[in-house]
Amino acid sequence: MEVKTMAEYAANGETPEVLFWVGCAGSFDQRAQKITRSFVKILNHLNIKFAVLGTEESCNGDPAKRAGNEFVYQMLALQNIQILNGYGVKKIVATCPHCFNILKNEYPSLGGNYEVLHHATYLQQLINEGRIKMTDANVFKGKKITYHDSCYLGRANEIYEAPRKVLEQLDADLVEMKSCRTKGLCCGAGGSQMFKEDEPGAKRINIARIEEVVETEAQIVASACPFCNTMLTDGVKAKEKQQQVKVFDIAELLAAGQGLETINFQ
Amino acid sequence: MMVILQTVLFIVLTAAAGYFAFKGYYRVYKNIMLGNKRESYTDQPKLRLNNMLLVALGQKKMFKNITPAILHVFIYVGFTITQIELIEIFIDGITGHHRILYHAVENIAFLRGLYVFTISFIEVLSLFVLVATIAFLTRRWILKVPRLNKPELKGWPIKDATIILLAELYLLACIFSMNTGDMALHDGMYGFLVSGKLVPLLSGFNDTTLHLIERLGWWGHILGVFGFLVYLPYSKHLHILLAFPNTYFSRLNPKGYISNVPEITREINLMMNPDSAAAAPEAPAEPVKFGAKDVFDLSWKNLLDAYSCTECGRCSAACPANLTGKKLSPRKIMMDTRDRLEEVGRSIEANKGVWNDDGKSLIENGYISVEELRACTTCNACVEECPIMISPLEIIIELRRNLIMEESNAPAEWTGMFANMENNGAPWQFSQQDRLNWKNG
Repeated sequence: MEVKTMAEYAANGETPEVLFWVGCAGSFDQRAQKITRSFVKILNHLNIKFAVLGTEESCNGDPAKRAGNEFVYQMLALQNIQILNGYGVKKIVATCPHCFNILKNEYPSLGGNYEVLHHATYLQQLINEGRIKMTDANVFKGKKITYHDSCYLGRANEIYEAPRKVLEQLDADLVEMKSCRTKGLCCGAGGSQMFKEDEPGAKRINIARIEEVVETEAQIVASACPFCNTMLTDGVKAKEKQQQVKVFDIAELLAAGQGLETINFQ
Repeated sequence: MMVILQTVLFIVLTAAAGYFAFKGYYRVYKNIMLGNKRESYTDQPKLRLNNMLLVALGQKKMFKNITPAILHVFIYVGFTITQIELIEIFIDGITGHHRILYHAVENIAFLRGLYVFTISFIEVLSLFVLVATIAFLTRRWILKVPRLNKPELKGWPIKDATIILLAELYLLACIFSMNTGDMALHDGMYGFLVSGKLVPLLSGFNDTTLHLIERLGWWGHILGVFGFLVYLPYSKHLHILLAFPNTYFSRLNPKGYISNVPEITREINLMMNPDSAAAAPEAPAEPVKFGAKDVFDLSWKNLLDAYSCTECGRCSAACPANLTGKKLSPRKIMMDTRDRLEEVGRSIEANKGVWNDDGKSLIENGYISVEELRACTTCNACVEECPIMISPLEIIIELRRNLIMEESNAPAEWTGMFANMENNGAPWQFSQQDRLNWKNG
């Protein structure tokens, strides 16, 4: 897979169009790695000059900050900003809404000013520019897809339409869950919940969300966040609905529509 | 004689109500000002004014939920427009006249028509208020709507809500007995729309009784208004006033933004670049406290939020943690903040303006528990839902910061996660050198 790092670009005296911020989930989580690869396949297919930081990338600090550990967050943030500014980075795209949110909203007052996009918006722009050609959209014919709003994309940054526009490229029925857009129900991972046991309660949040997914009778639930993806996948398993519902990222679905990925419905 | 007595009584009562109301509102103001003033929330005045007009005056966010929004508008508009009648009541009270405005314009057809229209309009609105008030009481006590029957409302909060609704019914009864008594007494001379229809109800009474009914309504109404004014700063109903400053001073950043603590930025910059120590401004003499343990550590805006909250519970009804049976309720965060602030305020008042540490704080001590704080997913559903732009999330984050950075109180998994993030730049135990391994998959 063709991927160049920022260091390699710099060594050749070149500047990429955009920096792809992969994020921790996208780098290490096996499921999220697939999302990363799908997104890169789309970028490479369109010959977009992009770079990654590779081993120079660190966690953006979100899980620490939301848990209350501002020290750890700022230590990572200031290191990241030093690296990003060192390369003179102007434009960043992230496949994780948590990375996107923190880079876009919280890095500026620490000295990190960039144009930051989430991949939903980035892909929508490519679609609007007519650069994305759907060759295999019919794979989705007759399928129902429901989109799960990520809190950090939706309410936190009011991006509701871009991911839906991406999904509209597929020849499928887009159906909405009971709670969607501004009323979208959290997957349960945010605020660093991903990294600890739940507090005592009646049920897990991802189970409540999957119940809404199941109500739509959709075969695919699309997410735009690797953490939502994990929570939804766990929820589907807990409900024993693996046969009926599959969880995919919008990038994976769009890549499949372009014939860059094969989607297995079984 | 009777008239002079009434005038004197009116002026004395007005002064007393004014005094006690001022005391109540000033106390609220002083309590809010106990919060830190690091941020002023005064940038972009145009946008702020716009928020206030749309969200507070225009009730924009209420209309996400149409039925309660309409009922709420009935009471809101009814309550506001009724105050026009109060102008005349007030002048009458001070001068000893009766319906001074009517008599001033009774020979000018157009203005008399306007007067009669205004009072009739108020009467019609009052009927709408009646409908809404009964609907609200029904919702609370008969239908038992879930968000209005949560544990945090037990005791005073539900009493407070009911007192206000009953007070509305009382005020309506006063307005109609005043107008209907007047209409019956003057053979329908005023021509008010609704009370005109009610006159037959009083057909058996003589003039003395009718006059008494009119007077009881008049005095009952103005006393009710005075009582309301004095009661308001002790009630959740303060939102009718505070919704305006609260929306004006609301946060303008995207909801995903959480402030960066500047003291920490300075310290880390010194760590990363020790040479800058000489150039760095003097560290503050007082040791910096991180996050909030008590109301003093919250911002004045957080405290204004707490006083503005009317405990409607839209936040908690949307909270994923609350929906799945966790202890966290964003409404309770606001109520606890206000209760603690009131406790602190009372103690300061009792000590003649000096705060003596009572050994308690906003965390635990019967207020916000660690378990509640731990359950938040920072999803912003509560912030999104609040009709007057309150942020329970900001308080939760400030309290979490105190737990982690001052008390080192974190679940073991989080402690491990922090260590991973510090050592290998990821929340999991993976080596930073493996960051590009995904491309080999």
